[in-house]
Amino acid sequence: MDVRSQISMVFHLDKCIGCHTCSIACKNIWTDRPGAEYMWWNNVETKPGTGYPTAWEDQEKYKGGWELRDGKLGLKSTGKRRTITNIFHHPHQPSMDDYYEPWTYDYQNLFNAPEGPDQPTAIPISMVTGEYLDIEAGPNWDDDLGGSPVYAENDPNLDGLTPEQREQLSAVERLVFFYFPRICNHCLNPGCVAACPSGALYKRGEDGIVLLDQNRCRAWRSCIAACPYKKVFYNWSTGKSEKCILCFPRIETGQAPACFHSCVGRIRYLGVLLYDAEQIESVAKRPDEELIDAHRDMVLDPFDPAVIEAALANGVHESVIDSAQKSPVYKYVKTWKIALPPHIEFRTLPMLFYVPPMSPVMASREGETVDHISDNLFHDIDESRVPMQFLANLFGAGHEAKVRYALRKQKAVRWYRRAITVGDVDMETAMRMLTEADCTVEEAEAIYKLTSLCTFDDRFVIPPAHREEAIQMLEDPMEHKQSVGFGFVARPRRGM
Amino acid sequence: MELTTAFLNLLFFAILPYVALFTFFLVTIQRYRSQKFTYSSLSSQMLENQDHFWGLVPFHYGILTVLGGHIIAFLLPAQVLLWNRALPRLYITEFVMLIGGVLTVVGLLNLIIRRVRYSKVRRVTSLPDWILYGLLANQVVTGLLVALLYPWGSSWFAATAAPYLWSIVKLNPDLAYVSAVPFLVKLHVVNAWLVIGFFPFTRLVHILVVPNPYLWRKPQVVRWNWNRNDIRNTN
Ligand code: SF4
Repeated sequence: MDVRSQISMVFHLDKCIGCHTCSIACKNIWTDRPGAEYMWWNNVETKPGTGYPTAWEDQEKYKGGWELRDGKLGLKSTGKRRTITNIFHHPHQPSMDDYYEPWTYDYQNLFNAPEGPDQPTAIPISMVTGEYLDIEAGPNWDDDLGGSPVYAENDPNLDGLTPEQREQLSAVERLVFFYFPRICNHCLNPGCVAACPSGALYKRGEDGIVLLDQNRCRAWRSCIAACPYKKVFYNWSTGKSEKCILCFPRIETGQAPACFHSCVGRIRYLGVLLYDAEQIESVAKRPDEELIDAHRDMVLDPFDPAVIEAALANGVHESVIDSAQKSPVYKYVKTWKIALPPHIEFRTLPMLFYVPPMSPVMASREGETVDHISDNLFHDIDESRVPMQFLANLFGAGHEAKVRYALRKQKAVRWYRRAITVGDVDMETAMRMLTEADCTVEEAEAIYKLTSLCTFDDRFVIPPAHREEAIQMLEDPMEHKQSVGFGFVARPRRGM
Repeated sequence: MELTTAFLNLLFFAILPYVALFTFFLVTIQRYRSQKFTYSSLSSQMLENQDHFWGLVPFHYGILTVLGGHIIAFLLPAQVLLWNRALPRLYITEFVMLIGGVLTVVGLLNLIIRRVRYSKVRRVTSLPDWILYGLLANQVVTGLLVALLYPWGSSWFAATAAPYLWSIVKLNPDLAYVSAVPFLVKLHVVNAWLVIGFFPFTRLVHILVVPNPYLWRKPQVVRWNWNRNDIRNTN
């Protein structure tokens, strides 16, 4: 057993209101620079929809993630040899058109325009070339399914849905959607790291954050194709790739990452998971239908004395083990099993988990909300407006069982709480639902509390980074006294 | 007249090479040490994805072939002469190098057109880039012309250029060979020294950081900021 700690995340999709506050918080801190304007390390997509960059989930097009070839795990985009031949021209690299061309407005025109019959306007100008731009698309053009049905209809997750189901999705007055906020998943088996010819990408041993060494990046661009979530971006100005850093400077000082901290819907949870690093490869090789369970089994019980002992022996700090025991992520993923990894069939073993959304499912009951005459108390989950197969394609590697389990449990908790607070459903039915959904009363209470009444400290259990020890190990702080300080001190200026 | 020629020969074939080589080594190393961040291939594929292929791919395969040929003939002149003794082998060598040259010229032409044509790509093209394109264009066009006008270069390179280059390396420049070659060849040689001297001021430095440990390393990279066991065990 090789116990390591990983800062992991849960996004509770039922709570996301699609306000994009998270994206803006991130943009203002990290990607408001030349060359990075088009990047959204955090973005919020409307599902069904094609997302950002367009149709990123379509791995026929982008070749992201891993695949099994005769029992061997290999990157879809590049074998080792192909990396070398792809170095001049990467056949699967998205271009700016797949994202969008960033723009600002020529506000001066409002003041300087010569007198004329029309009101002057602020004309959009490209932030790349500085020329006038005809805006055709943006990073979030289909927000709330606005604009055109083209986006929703081309969602890769609609695979395997019948034509009727597809039609139903966009039927007038039955239209349904939910939000899908995304950041880097800080995977256990990251495709970007494995693809980098220069070894610039790496996973931090202590907390599992995946970072990109700017000094070692040579712009070979393999990472961009290899990440199936398209969360590594190319900075066209500095000639280096960049990605979400999970706000590690904030995490190291005990603060939640900016997108987590600012989240209006309070949908985001962050905490430590202990996992067995020895199993990474074998788990990533499992067949699709076993992946979710195997991935979950890698996560170790932080209360198990054997795990604690192995963790300590591996240098995991007591304070980190303590954090792991309080981790909200552990509860959602492991104890309650209602948070699922996105597209685990890409086999990068993401460490960001999603609680599948319930609202559109419940809302399918028109008018009488308390109707449950059917013997099958969960019937409306299967008759929901969002076809189960669609959610299963997103969160269940195409298999419905795990998603159904998560939704049933959530629904049972709701009925149970409804019986208590509103009282218009009877407790007996609620209890029966709990049992059928594999949930106890205590568990239901705990899920309810952490979902609805969670405080800041319940949501974010950030382990101390013990940076003080790291600095002592690496260099003598006194050497830097009255000098330039630590770290990357030169301006990130583009090479000649 | 004689004197001026002798002086020019000295300037271009003995002094220039040392200035170029000196600059090359000094600035490349200094730049790597103080501005590591600027070592990048500065790819512009993300700004323009189609014509990129028709420029980058032929250019790189072409130049690698041609450059490889030059280096082999420089390192192993005797073996090259021996190899070329059988006519079919000579033809094959010449043919491969010619194809390489044509690919390079076509690729470079496409690259330059692409830079001019797309405003997004122009945005990331600097003055050193334009100078470099000029130098490279001169280099590959003269090279191709030399190959066409003065055949069997693979043999005469080994017999004339290689000894000249070696004399430079041995710090004892021998200009006898190089002063006798046609003007076009001289131009090619002088331009080569210019490219070498200008090298560290351009994006060409990416040649020096091509990935090599990649093929051998494990797929996943984990970096530890510190080893907690070491810290604990010090007491
Ligand atoms: S801030 Fe929170 S609620 Fe708002 S879009 Fe982002 S994840 Fe959703």
